[in-house]
Amino acid sequence: MSTILGAWVAVALTLFIFSFLYKDNPFYKFAEHIFVGVSAGYWVVYEYHNVIRPNLIEPVSQGQYIYIVSGIMGVMMLTRVLPKVGWISRWAIAFTVGMGAGYSFITYLQSNALDQVKATLLPVNTLDFHAFNNALIIVGVFCALVYFFFSKEHKGIFGGVAKVGIWFLMITFGASFGYTVMARISLLIGRCTDLVTFSSKEYSYATPILLLCIVAAFVIAELRGKSSASDRV
Amino acid sequence: MNLFDKLKHIDRRIIFVLIALSVLIPILIPIRLKIHVSQPVQSLYDEVDRLPPGSNILMAFDYGPSTMPEVHPMALALLRHAFSKDLKVIAVALWPEGASLAQDVFGVVAEDEFHKAYGVDYVNLGFKAGGIVVIQALGTSISAIFPTDHTGTPLETLPIMEKVANLDDIGLIVDLSAGDPGIRHWVMIAQARYQKKVGGGCTAVSAPAFYPYLQTGQLVGLLGGLVGAAEYETLVKHPDSATAGMSSQALSHAVIILFILIGNITYFIERRRAKK
Repeated sequence: MSTILGAWVAVALTLFIFSFLYKDNPFYKFAEHIFVGVSAGYWVVYEYHNVIRPNLIEPVSQGQYIYIVSGIMGVMMLTRVLPKVGWISRWAIAFTVGMGAGYSFITYLQSNALDQVKATLLPVNTLDFHAFNNALIIVGVFCALVYFFFSKEHKGIFGGVAKVGIWFLMITFGASFGYTVMARISLLIGRCTDLVTFSSKEYSYATPILLLCIVAAFVIAELRGKSSASDRV
Repeated sequence: MNLFDKLKHIDRRIIFVLIALSVLIPILIPIRLKIHVSQPVQSLYDEVDRLPPGSNILMAFDYGPSTMPEVHPMALALLRHAFSKDLKVIAVALWPEGASLAQDVFGVVAEDEFHKAYGVDYVNLGFKAGGIVVIQALGTSISAIFPTDHTGTPLETLPIMEKVANLDDIGLIVDLSAGDPGIRHWVMIAQARYQKKVGGGCTAVSAPAFYPYLQTGQLVGLLGGLVGAAEYETLVKHPDSATAGMSSQALSHAVIILFILIGNITYFIERRRAKK
């Protein structure tokens, strides 16, 4: 029973959200508000059970009082909601930012800068596709870097190289856009697969029934809107 | 109003309907498309395949329900491969929902399909907040950062953890990620600091950002989006939801490409008209 109920709720909320594609409507607003409210409630409970309890309450209750310091810092961050004492939150934020930056500085530099620079020092002295790929990487990196060099006007040869850099950047953005489209369609496939699954007898035909109800509600609303408009005329 | 003007002012809802149909029709009438395996997916498969039976593989479940359609099929395919090779799987999560998603995958693959024993062949250590700090701590001592598994069972009572002290005892790390903390952090710490082999599976949105790691060898392989999952399903010869989704993906992409072409053609025609 709970599975069927869950399926009906999932189908209803999915269709309510999709209904926005037709136009803004009360179904969509309802689903949106439910999503915001449930998300907030869920995260409060989850954060308490998975972060605050194991990382603060339990260690302190076992005598590890050093954890109180991080607890106090957490409370300090919350002072942002009170304008008069909001400045206190800066100390905790400064600590977090400082610690985070210091902690990841070397590893970030190593894996995202030095190793990447090293990977552009490639051989191009053979006559095969590897050499062509290597040359492409070297030219792409060089030209893109030239484009971001703003201390010299982008004119003449320098401007030409920068233009090649723009082409490389545009191809990169195009690839990113293509991947983004693919990702969004994948999520749509996921929802549609669920809608098709829940349209079976096993789930009491949740999808077709709810879809018909929503369409009927839209038709009635449109008809009412038209009749009230003609009354006014 | 001629055809080009009509196309220019096409109601966006018609496009939505066409996209919906292009996704729904292949789900209702399945069309099996040939799936070509790309090099990054093949590399990750080969890396898992090379591990000797009994080796430990650490899988990080760093994603949530919102990205399940893309990343969950990767987890299923990877687990099928790992268990078919008799590898021991240790699951951790740097995302809160990751622990329960790992449990879901273990339920399907480890229990129902391969009948593996919990605590002997696989373990779910659960979620730990801290991101990069957790990865750093795993390099020193797993039991220090995860004293118990996700059910509260102490690690020293689990046979799978008897010979696993830290990342040195892990043959391969595979991070299934939908954002931060995720692949970038595993590369920064596990690969750069501890020289561990790291592979990844991620949403298509974030895949382009990780290709430089492949080129440098910092990642041994990468599954990018649903297509990456479908390719891995092809390699493990177990077509599942990702493979089923490929026909929808292909058809919807064709519709989007068609509308991009229409949009560009009408734009250029309009520009030529304006010049005249």
